[in-house]
Amino acid sequence: MIRPIDRRTFIVGGAAAGLTLASGALHRASAADPLKIGFIYVGPVGDFGWTHGHDLGRKAVEAKFGDLVKTTYVENVAEGPDAERVIRKLATDGNKLIFTTSFGYMEPTLKVAKAFPKVFFEHATGFKTAPNVAVYNSRFYEGRAVVGHLAGSLTKTGKIGYIASVPIPEVVMGINATAIWARKVRPDAEVKVVWINSWYDPGKEGDAAKALIDQGVDIITQHTDSPAPLQIAEQRGVLGVGQASDMKSFAPKAQLTAIVDEWGPYYIERAQAALDGTWKTSDTWHGLKEGFLSLAPYGDAVPAELRASADAIKAGIIDGSIHPFTGPIKDQKGEVKVADGAKLADGDLLGMNWYVEGVSA
Amino acid sequence: MNIDTLLPMLLTVIAAATPLLLAAIGELVTEKSGVLNLGVEGMMLVGAVIAFAVTVGTGSAILGIIAAAFAGIALSLVFGLLTLTLMANQVATGLALTIFGIGVSSLIGSSYIGTPVEKLAVLHIPGLSDIPVLGPLLFGHDILVYASVAITVLVAWFLKSSRAGLILRAVGESDLSAHSIGYDVIKVRYLAVMFGGLCSGIAGAYLSLSYTPMWVEGMTAGRGWIALALVAFASWRPWRVLGGAYIFGGVTILQLYLQGAGGIGIPAQVMNMLPYLATIIVLTVISAGPWRGRLDAPACLGKPFRPAS
Repeated sequence: MIRPIDRRTFIVGGAAAGLTLASGALHRASAADPLKIGFIYVGPVGDFGWTHGHDLGRKAVEAKFGDLVKTTYVENVAEGPDAERVIRKLATDGNKLIFTTSFGYMEPTLKVAKAFPKVFFEHATGFKTAPNVAVYNSRFYEGRAVVGHLAGSLTKTGKIGYIASVPIPEVVMGINATAIWARKVRPDAEVKVVWINSWYDPGKEGDAAKALIDQGVDIITQHTDSPAPLQIAEQRGVLGVGQASDMKSFAPKAQLTAIVDEWGPYYIERAQAALDGTWKTSDTWHGLKEGFLSLAPYGDAVPAELRASADAIKAGIIDGSIHPFTGPIKDQKGEVKVADGAKLADGDLLGMNWYVEGVSA
Repeated sequence: MNIDTLLPMLLTVIAAATPLLLAAIGELVTEKSGVLNLGVEGMMLVGAVIAFAVTVGTGSAILGIIAAAFAGIALSLVFGLLTLTLMANQVATGLALTIFGIGVSSLIGSSYIGTPVEKLAVLHIPGLSDIPVLGPLLFGHDILVYASVAITVLVAWFLKSSRAGLILRAVGESDLSAHSIGYDVIKVRYLAVMFGGLCSGIAGAYLSLSYTPMWVEGMTAGRGWIALALVAFASWRPWRVLGGAYIFGGVTILQLYLQGAGGIGIPAQVMNMLPYLATIIVLTVISAGPWRGRLDAPACLGKPFRPAS
């Protein structure tokens, strides 16, 4: 079951935390020493997905600051006790800014942060801040709304497949955004979800895609990190959407678009703040507007008029006229969860533990 | 569930079971000689990346598979040198081999990330492949699927009926006795370790050329460890390895299809536990039931051989 999460309780803690931070520059030995920045990754840098995206961000920091910074990363670190060991190691090695880039690193990050009050921590996709722990996340659901529009418009069978990783609000949010926007153009569309309980297992991701396609799905979307599902889509002659990176090379015909993560600008901003001594804890949740994510160029399977309507949705999200979770939104039982015209608040989104109508899981 | 939904599911099961079978049957031979090589995952990864690189470089998948087999053998020779000649601890060396394999495969593969490769072609057998249902099920696969079954048959025959197989088993059961009647224990074990490497390399090639035709780091995702577990699960018998690989693949795939079918009311997490539950149940049954006495690991498994003289 999905654990309900109340973000607001933590935001209070985060606000109180701002007071204690005015001393960023004090603990840098001298200007000549490079700022050491550590990264911890859940997958391999060569996954061509999530971790690959974060590593591009790390490289952007290196390219921007050159000798002023020294970055290190540790890849393939399992969420849980092992993560704590690695984060602690990064801190004892003298890294002053540490990016922990997976949801499951939340508790280990906070625990280590307590022991190293002078080290700054940045936790991706989490919701708990501390005086020296900031969180940052991307509004992936904005990209998924556009994807839902494309999928709903292009599906012939009305069945859209969704390969899901682990049941956390982040993933549920993506499933719901896809379903809501697919059903706006195709009211009977169904989003079939298969959970593989892993972020990264190319073989199993591909098997899940086969299972979905064999059951009548003709568009594959995913919240897992390898290009395997898209490749299966290409082999089987159905359509799909890339995840985290532009995966067109694996599916030149099948890829409609891809939700591409862009962590570089944020990492540069935060490294700059650490260098300047202005780093403070913060809670950043940016989307298409701020460029935290982008959509890869449309594939050939997307006709011109559909490109236009998808771009209009994208533009609406960017200028704020469209919020992907605007009511009426019903849950699977048909009960209205978001009233007509109301917009789902960020706190409710981050604790999302229910499916919208049209999701079959 | 009718035949139209069952058939594609079975095809998916075969694809999922093949890499497990290939790696496990090789490890079985290694273990039967008394050597425990925990480096299967590493050898599979190196096989996968070498198969991919050679296939991209030469355009020939067959050359890729052969190269992967040799890469697996090369890595297993490193293991053999350390554990058989230099008598290092097998468990530690095997773990190190896996870690080494993960690292070296990432290094070799770094320039291949994002490159697609043509999926290994299906061997079309005129006539047979066109039979409805049975055609695609039995005769619609690529060469490595057939190879996995053929290797299993050969290994079963080799261990049971051939003189060399008898020597190999003797070496695994009692190295000192085998040595005292004049067999070269170290040589036999080297050969068994190399066979394990060969099979792991080919299993890796299957992953990067057929199962998911691409190279991404760590793409085995633990299949090498499952293969190791399968050997114990199968109580060191080739036919049970075959059955075990298909049961394991089958349960994993079945739960994906059931989730896709929706509305069966079982949480996905429970479904994901099924393969592991099945393993525990089978292990319990075969070790507690009337088969108890047959759960026989080779007596010398994991022990270094030091001739008395």
